[in-house]
Amino acid sequence: MFVVDRLTKTYADGARALQSVNLAVEEGEILAVVGGSGCGKTTLLRLVAGLDAASEGAITVDGEPILGPHPAVGIVFQEPRLLPWLTVADNVAFGIQDLPRAERRDRVVQALDKVGLAEHARRWPRELSGGQQQRVSIARALVARPKVLLLDEPFSALDAFTRASLHDHLLALWEASRPTVVIVTHDVEEAVALADRVVVMRPRPGRVFETISVRAARPRDKLAPGFDKAKRRVLNALDRSLRPTEEHPNPTAGGAELWW
Amino acid sequence: MDASTITKPRPSSLAAEAADAALSPTAPRSAVRARPVVLGLVLPVALALGWEAAVRLGLAQGRLMPPPSRIFEAFWSLARTGDLWTHVGATLGRVLAGFAFGALFGTAVGALAGASERFRWFFDPTLQALRSVPSIAWVPLFLLWFGIFETSKIILIAVGVFFPVYLGVAGAIEGIDRKLLEVGRVFRLSGFAMVRRVLLPAVLPAWILALRSGLGLGFMFVVAAELMGASEGLGYLLLDGQQMGRPDQILAAIIAFALLGKLCDGVLVAIGTPLTAWQDTRRGRL
Ligand SMILES: Nc1ncnc2c1ncn2[C@@H]1O[C@H](COP(=O)(O)OP(=O)(O)O)[C@@H](O)[C@H]1O
Ligand SMILES: [Mg+2]
Repeated sequence: MFVVDRLTKTYADGARALQSVNLAVEEGEILAVVGGSGCGKTTLLRLVAGLDAASEGAITVDGEPILGPHPAVGIVFQEPRLLPWLTVADNVAFGIQDLPRAERRDRVVQALDKVGLAEHARRWPRELSGGQQQRVSIARALVARPKVLLLDEPFSALDAFTRASLHDHLLALWEASRPTVVIVTHDVEEAVALADRVVVMRPRPGRVFETISVRAARPRDKLAPGFDKAKRRVLNALDRSLRPTEEHPNPTAGGAELWW
Repeated sequence: MDASTITKPRPSSLAAEAADAALSPTAPRSAVRARPVVLGLVLPVALALGWEAAVRLGLAQGRLMPPPSRIFEAFWSLARTGDLWTHVGATLGRVLAGFAFGALFGTAVGALAGASERFRWFFDPTLQALRSVPSIAWVPLFLLWFGIFETSKIILIAVGVFFPVYLGVAGAIEGIDRKLLEVGRVFRLSGFAMVRRVLLPAVLPAWILALRSGLGLGFMFVVAAELMGASEGLGYLLLDGQQMGRPDQILAAIIAFALLGKLCDGVLVAIGTPLTAWQDTRRGRL
């Protein structure tokens, strides 16, 4: 279980990026985080990844506090951030150099296979398309077998078609080891297609506004009536979250669940 | 410098065994490149042949500007007697020694300046001021300080090599993509591993470029050093040619300089190219 407890982040310039954010994510759960820009989504992930230090509050993975970059936490950034001087396979292996060679190779081959890039193993990152590079980046994070995988708007730079196929690749990889996944997105459809729960955040200061459960087997049918209903619910919450603060006195954490 | 051996992408490791190699499509490039080379040769060859013809036909004297055949003759006789190699050896030795010192210090100081803001604040203004001194201005001082023999020459060359290497390395380190360093942090690389696996490969292309411009300046400075007084070296050949009134010897020495410089640069490029094959740019070759 991955727990964020009263997490608060105030930047040096006084910007209150997060205020008392609480989250509890089950093992193997996929949590989507949506919210207007500037409501602290990136900040949240960077704190969990141990790249920045929280002002207050705590993050734990299976009871273990996260105080800096931790092997239990992996992150995929908005940009692929591949090392241009390493081949695709070496990029995927970047974080698992300590493993024995054979083990390393097996994991890389498997991961590349799952993201459909087996035949590109020896290419340079620059020879891949944006979507392919992002798949490599996801594979690189997952071969290290983190318990929690964070993704910060990983597909936002890609077209809708590529995005949909990347969802399938992500789910295939997730299926293999079933880590907890926290994916930040500004695409409500993406959130509903992937997540067990969708957390809606609101800005200034960044905090959790509402949580919406989406209970449906994956892969999800985007044409099913329930899908649209869930989407509308999230959109509605997003809409309300961006209104001035007075109008929503009490955010409904763990809000109504949605079935179809 | 062993950056070269460290940062080579390792096609023999995982990648090699991982899957069927998709060969990168680089084969037809040489054919494309041949044409501009031929095109670039047209003008100098035409001028050389034109001048040769003009002198032979008596249209021009060719005393101050000897025709290609006479230059070649001078070059050839120097090569045959072995004099050329003595001079080339002397010049090359000075350049390489100066280059080694200059590159070493330039890299070290540049790395410090790129890594530490404080170091940069403290040293960079001074270094920039020194850089704006025309190199030849140092010569009298160096002669006084280090004597008229090899030491002063090598130090002069080292000074010339130092600055472009310093600037290149400092700029490259300062300009490293913070986002890539964060990837290293996420995977908890140690300080040393971060340098070896992220920093060095990231600055390698800029470093090689800086070394190349440093080497180029080294060749400029060796002429200055040798013109100041030397008993051997290509610069001495230049001076000797002037004093003996032999423009053909001067031109032969100039050609030797050009060839030697190109050759040394070619060696650097040949070492650097496979190490930076990953780059997204088509580097202009040589
Ligand atoms: N390094 C930083 N220094 C100061 N303020 C920052 C920094 N990073 C983000 N912020 C501020 O914190 C708030 C949340 O930013 P961010 O987490 O990037 O939001 P999101 O990812 O949801 O768009 C914004 O108001 C932003 O201006
Ligand atoms: Mg963001």
